[in-house]
Amino acid sequence: MEILIPLIVIALIAVFVVGLYNRLVTLRQRVREAWSDIDVQLKRRWDLIPNLIETVKGYAAHERQTFDSVTQARAAAITAAQSGSPEQRAQAETALGAALVNLRAVAEAYPQLQAVQEFKDLSENLRDTEDKIAFARRFYNGNVRDYNTALQTVPTNILAGMFGFTAEQYFEMTDTAQREAPKVSFS
Amino acid sequence: MASPPSRLNIYDAVAANRWRTVALITVFTGIITALGYVVGEVFTPGGGLAVVPAALGLSGVSATASYFAGDKLVLAQSQARELAPGEESQLRNIVETLSIGLGIDPPRIYLIDDTAPNAFATGRDPKHASIAVTRGLLDKLDRTETEGVIAHELSHVVNRDIRVMLLVTVLVGTVALLSDWMLRSFAWGGGRRGRDRGGSGIILIVAIGLAILTPIIATLIQLAVSRQREYLADASGALLTRFPAGLASALRKIAADKEALEVANKATASLYFANPLKDAPRALDGLFDTHPPIAERIRRLEAM
Repeated sequence: MEILIPLIVIALIAVFVVGLYNRLVTLRQRVREAWSDIDVQLKRRWDLIPNLIETVKGYAAHERQTFDSVTQARAAAITAAQSGSPEQRAQAETALGAALVNLRAVAEAYPQLQAVQEFKDLSENLRDTEDKIAFARRFYNGNVRDYNTALQTVPTNILAGMFGFTAEQYFEMTDTAQREAPKVSFS
Repeated sequence: MASPPSRLNIYDAVAANRWRTVALITVFTGIITALGYVVGEVFTPGGGLAVVPAALGLSGVSATASYFAGDKLVLAQSQARELAPGEESQLRNIVETLSIGLGIDPPRIYLIDDTAPNAFATGRDPKHASIAVTRGLLDKLDRTETEGVIAHELSHVVNRDIRVMLLVTVLVGTVALLSDWMLRSFAWGGGRRGRDRGGSGIILIVAIGLAILTPIIATLIQLAVSRQREYLADASGALLTRFPAGLASALRKIAADKEALEVANKATASLYFANPLKDAPRALDGLFDTHPPIAERIRRLEAM
């Protein structure tokens, strides 16, 4: 009988450790799933841009510089997504957001453009996508916070060290223009 | 007041509300067990424990049925129809966007053709959830107000309130059913036994008193659970949109609207965003209200 007691204690500890380990895996998995939400919306934004530029060009052809900077920012964002770090990607997407704010400001000066249905639809889509990016980012950062907190607090921090769990990065789009961008209205 | 609320305060509110809710549900299960026990004691002194599993079993069966089919029943009863793709794209965008913020699949969206502004969410979990809004809500509320209402309803979804509310509604029904049986059986069987044995006369009186009181208490608890959950959903909804003023403004508009929602009834009233019946008795200090006073909800939102 006496031999059973240490065995039971060991079994209980094992169950506890497995539970903690699984919690860390779950939290990390949530971070990765949340990332895909951001990814989908960022790609949706890239896809909207060429049509938006074409539509605006039809009414404001001489605003060449603005179009070029948006196109370049979009290309840079796509490159950063393929080969850059999350930080570089966040920077590139922030720059793209700022370029889009300029494009919108330019478009505001053309009343005929404002009346075009295609432009209205694209603007609404863009606004919707940027809202979704903002909410996806918030959800992602919340998950990163939960996961990183678990990495730093007792007792999960011990396991995190043993099994090589590393902290995830927040996805920050720090540019102030970008933060205000979703509230811009064309109407 | 329009400034974003600090995260900490809302998290505190969420935690406190959640704890109260757990306590209330525990009491509910206790009531059903006690009721079953007393029934057993009346008929066979010392046999109360044998009835407890039956009482729990009964509530279990009805709870399971409502778990799987309750949402469809509620939606059908409310004459809600599912939105076709492309219909009401602004509403759909709001639901999708806020769902992304909560990390859930967007629920199915239903429309109730009624001019009274209101909304509710139902289902068993975020993957089997539906959200229903009235035509009046879409017509009378602006975008930030609608966002506030949808965020409130999605909080019900993500907190699993929708499941709890369906289950609690059924548990109240079960309690009512049990006490009804009790009263009937006292009239036929229990009364005779009471005359045969002097001792069980007192138990019988206690039991009849319980049978009458319990459904009333159960209903009060249902209403209290419902009221607590509205505060909780207001708090989580404000956390999601970071804009409590939008929700507060929606509440003000709905409070000013005197129209009753015709498809709502006493059973479904507690599911709605705001009390749809508009004729709630104000007696007993609001004890029988399905929803907290709107003024108090607005006050709490503005304090965030």
